[in-house]
Amino acid sequence: MKIKHTISDNTITISLDGELDASSSVMLDEELSNPSIMMFSKILVDCKNLNYISSAGLGVFISHLQRFEDAQIKLIFFNMQEKVRNVFEILGLDLLMTIVGSYEEAVTIAND
Amino acid sequence: MTNKIRVSCDRKNLKTIRTFVTDTLAPVHLSEITLNQIILAVDEICANLIIHANQEDSQKFLNLTIRYDDKEMVFELSDNGKAFERANYREPNIQDNIRMGKKGGVGVALVNRIMDKVEYSVNGNTNICILHKYIP
Repeated sequence: MKIKHTISDNTITISLDGELDASSSVMLDEELSNPSIMMFSKILVDCKNLNYISSAGLGVFISHLQRFEDAQIKLIFFNMQEKVRNVFEILGLDLLMTIVGSYEEAVTIAND
Repeated sequence: MTNKIRVSCDRKNLKTIRTFVTDTLAPVHLSEITLNQIILAVDEICANLIIHANQEDSQKFLNLTIRYDDKEMVFELSDNGKAFERANYREPNIQDNIRMGKKGGVGVALVNRIMDKVEYSVNGNTNICILHKYIP
């Protein structure tokens, strides 16, 4: 799993590349637990190269969602592959998290 | 068709298991989504065996046997760790998990929703979990 950041103003875009399982999700959890992430008001997660997610990967997002919501930080996923989106759907997480098609849609929703 | 793998209880081996499942099921023509779901269900059980049942002790092992015919695919997992107590299992409430910032606890729910039949048994000091997925 490779994690890349792009920062512009109050937005951080996190690009995930690889597979998020019980082994690799530890790295993402450390990333999202870093207090500096709370400086941003928008977190966009680019899932284009996220090829796999297990419950451990979902658990990282589940465990930080409330903290972000409480701080009025928007968490938006985009470019998600169909098979990865399906895993969110099995648990109904697609209804509790914001998942959009493109980067442009993510930016539009983030600025709403 | 039967295929077996034995790996030590190290979470880095989850990737090896997923590759093994992918390779074994290559001749079964599954959609990308169905194949991913099956890989996920097996991965979830293996992660639980490695992390919870065997505390990531790399001196311990788990075995996975895959067999299939034209009706179903069967995944048999065995280990010698702490047995999963199905009687104590409760389906998670995802909204509660979000409110509580809970990291774990949704893996077995995924397995139950993906697989057509999930069986757990104990034979001496060996725990066996058998997952069935019917081929439509």
